[in-house]
Amino acid sequence: MSRRAAAAGLPPAPSAPAPVAGLSAEPRCAHCGEPCAATRVEDDGQTFCCLGCRTVYGLLQASGLGRYYRLEKAPGLRIAAPAEASRYAYLDDPAVAQRLLSFRGEKVSRVTFQVPAIHCVACVWLLENLFTLEPGIGESTVDFPRKRLTVRFDHERTPLSRLVTLLAGLGYEPALQLDDLEPRRVPRGERGLLVKLGIAGFAAGNVMLLAFPTYLGLQPGDEVVVRRFPWLALLLALPVLLYSASGYWRAAWLGLRHWRLTMDVPICLGLSALFGSSLAEILRGGGAGYLDSLCVLVFLLLCGKWLQARTYAGLSFERDYRSYFPLAACRVDAAGEERTVALTALLPGDRVVVRNGELLPADGVLVEGAAALDYSFVSGESLPVARSAGERLWAGARQVGGRIVVELTARASESRLTELWNDEAFHRGQEGRLASFNDRVSRWFTPLVVLVALGAGAYWQLHRPELALRAFVSVLIVACPCALALAAPFALDTAWRALGRRGFYARAGAVVDAMAGIETVVFDKTGTLSRAEVGSLAWVGAPLAPADKGVVAAVAAGSRHPLSRALHRALEPVAPSADLVAFEEEPGLGVRGRVGGRSVAIGSLAWLERCGVSLPAPAPPAVVHVAVDGAYAGGLHAESRWRDDVDGMLAELGASCRLAVASGDGERDRAALVRLLGPAAPLVFRQSPQEKLDLVRRLGEHGAVMMVGDGLNDAGALEASRVGVAVTDDVAAFSPACDAVLDARSLGQLPSFLRFARRVMRVVSASLVLSLGYNGFGIALAARGAFSPLVSAVLMPVSSITVVGFAVLATRRAARRLLAPALAGPAEATR
Amino acid sequence: MSVLALLVGAGLLLAGSFLAGFVWAARSGQFDDTTTPAVRLLTDGDDLVPLPDARSPSADRSRGRDPR
Repeated sequence: MSRRAAAAGLPPAPSAPAPVAGLSAEPRCAHCGEPCAATRVEDDGQTFCCLGCRTVYGLLQASGLGRYYRLEKAPGLRIAAPAEASRYAYLDDPAVAQRLLSFRGEKVSRVTFQVPAIHCVACVWLLENLFTLEPGIGESTVDFPRKRLTVRFDHERTPLSRLVTLLAGLGYEPALQLDDLEPRRVPRGERGLLVKLGIAGFAAGNVMLLAFPTYLGLQPGDEVVVRRFPWLALLLALPVLLYSASGYWRAAWLGLRHWRLTMDVPICLGLSALFGSSLAEILRGGGAGYLDSLCVLVFLLLCGKWLQARTYAGLSFERDYRSYFPLAACRVDAAGEERTVALTALLPGDRVVVRNGELLPADGVLVEGAAALDYSFVSGESLPVARSAGERLWAGARQVGGRIVVELTARASESRLTELWNDEAFHRGQEGRLASFNDRVSRWFTPLVVLVALGAGAYWQLHRPELALRAFVSVLIVACPCALALAAPFALDTAWRALGRRGFYARAGAVVDAMAGIETVVFDKTGTLSRAEVGSLAWVGAPLAPADKGVVAAVAAGSRHPLSRALHRALEPVAPSADLVAFEEEPGLGVRGRVGGRSVAIGSLAWLERCGVSLPAPAPPAVVHVAVDGAYAGGLHAESRWRDDVDGMLAELGASCRLAVASGDGERDRAALVRLLGPAAPLVFRQSPQEKLDLVRRLGEHGAVMMVGDGLNDAGALEASRVGVAVTDDVAAFSPACDAVLDARSLGQLPSFLRFARRVMRVVSASLVLSLGYNGFGIALAARGAFSPLVSAVLMPVSSITVVGFAVLATRRAARRLLAPALAGPAEATR
Repeated sequence: MSVLALLVGAGLLLAGSFLAGFVWAARSGQFDDTTTPAVRLLTDGDDLVPLPDARSPSADRSRGRDPR
């Protein structure tokens, strides 16, 4: 399997055969591996698919970078069009550059780009040898799993625009999105956690070593040395208590301030008890007390925390519309001159040019050209919408067709689409959303522990007062929920990895916990249950006579509307009749015209009615209707292409959860969805993003909701749901902020994922019982005053290891039994 | 039994130097990306020399740590 496919987590692509003359039937490009069509270019004994690829090949060979082609077979990417420097000129605008650069010195700047094209060893090698191509470029470093490229360059000799033009010319165009202009949030936490972990591990090992004489009950001859050991242990334990465990102190304090008993509270109670009693013992001149237990405890807890902090490096779960919109747009001034400018510099009244495949950056009014807008990602409408000059256009649509000019009516950040992000659903903390299993347990565990400790203290106060304090402290120590705090992170991490190998990339292990409680699953239609592209267009009604086909095709050919073109294509075998007269097009409604004395009307039902056509009583479910000579002839029905396994998946899921569909599209697919989901499931259509959010919120009052969607129009619903799952065909492509990214190939396994999550939480509950057993045993000892540092040193690790071992093994077993085998592609690298 | 004190001291010193190394490595971001070095290894060995006229700004590397 090719490395490229492996890196992308995709099934192996047909490997490119070596371009041996006379052997391979279809020569493939030596640069990009695409089949060479009519545009093939031969040079240097190699075949190229286009001039762009040849140019890059020549450039690399001339610069001594020919090794690029020996590291991988055809490693490049097809160069569609040569990169024009003017396209990136806006990058030299100081305001833009300042945001993009991560460092700017007097001579040297540093910038980090997201480069989606990075896929193989040769990419890494070429991009790290950029300096041979451009003298102003210094060190460049690739972060392979994150597909990031960091370049250090001399901004006087090589401006930013030139660097990006060079990269784009090589086929490694950086993804420049609007959010690159936002202040960067630098994730620092992880490095700090590693340092804390290292210090705790160091201290734990050494303090245990110093406690060895006590473990073995030895009475060393040299009292002077041994008496100093506890002080040394205290010195080592202090950074653990104050620095390594600082996160727990802070979290416990924050929790208490908000009247929440998180798991951090009993941990901190235990830590204080351990340290306090040890300190008392050392001051009294005894042994080192429980310092060894304290260090080991913090070390193990931090290991669990480290596992919990793992996530998928290559995926982002926090993206909003700013990662979807481009960084720049092409503005056209009064003189007709076009210039690419940063999106943030566009003001209402500016005119922008949008070409085929480009995104409309802000709300506006169409000035010039015929707009055919694909709103499938922002509103869920699966069919392109045609608009003509003077009509309002909403941001986020993708133009399919020719060049259009749009006069903006709002800034990019104030469009109708972006209003959704003002909803409160986007402004609450993450912790409220995923209250962890441990915190739920802690709510009753903490008061219980304090009660038992007070009870034991009170009992001994009455009978043997000298033991009272010790019993009280011992209970707090032994009840410190080490095993309890570790069981859930380890089990959830194991489950998280098992799901990742099967195409379900969760943001964190806590998502598995939340999945176990799901009662309702809401699906989006376009792009989630069905594929994003429109399926076949089928003719409904009586078949057209060949003569009618010709006249209908002639009228359809007169319009640039996507549906007219689709209709024209559907009738293609028949040559359109000529001599179209009295052609008339009403935007948004339809067209009519006369061909050879026969009149044809094509369009919506309202349009046909206006043309005086008597409609059949139940209107056929078509997206475009046709009437010939004033009589209804039939229509074209666009069928959604459902994803594989959708029917099996919905049937299985329907047995355990309530289902609903919230679609931004029209009702065309109602019948098919009723068949798929059953008659009881609520189906709503023509939903705005805000309406989807409100629906999920409403359903959420009756039980936890999982939202499964794909587009920006689902962003609100994904955010408002307990678990938001974004379905995507390409895990590296943009997906809205969510809790998990689901590879579309694994959509059929969703019911088994939910079943697995429920099983994992049962495993966690069983671990809880096991760990409470240990705690009960320890508390029984402690309440009787028979608890000692030695018992603690044995009991704590033993209980932790057995509980964690049980949790991990049982989760693995559940994954083997409940889940399908892992996907062929390896999971995206973690961390 | 001063040999015990000596051994404990030496042990702590050794372990402490390892800890210092680890802290330095973690702080300077060496654990941030553990995948790419493995990929880079495959192409290691014949890194290219800059073009003769190239005045590479990588010489400025000694300016100290970048504010990451």
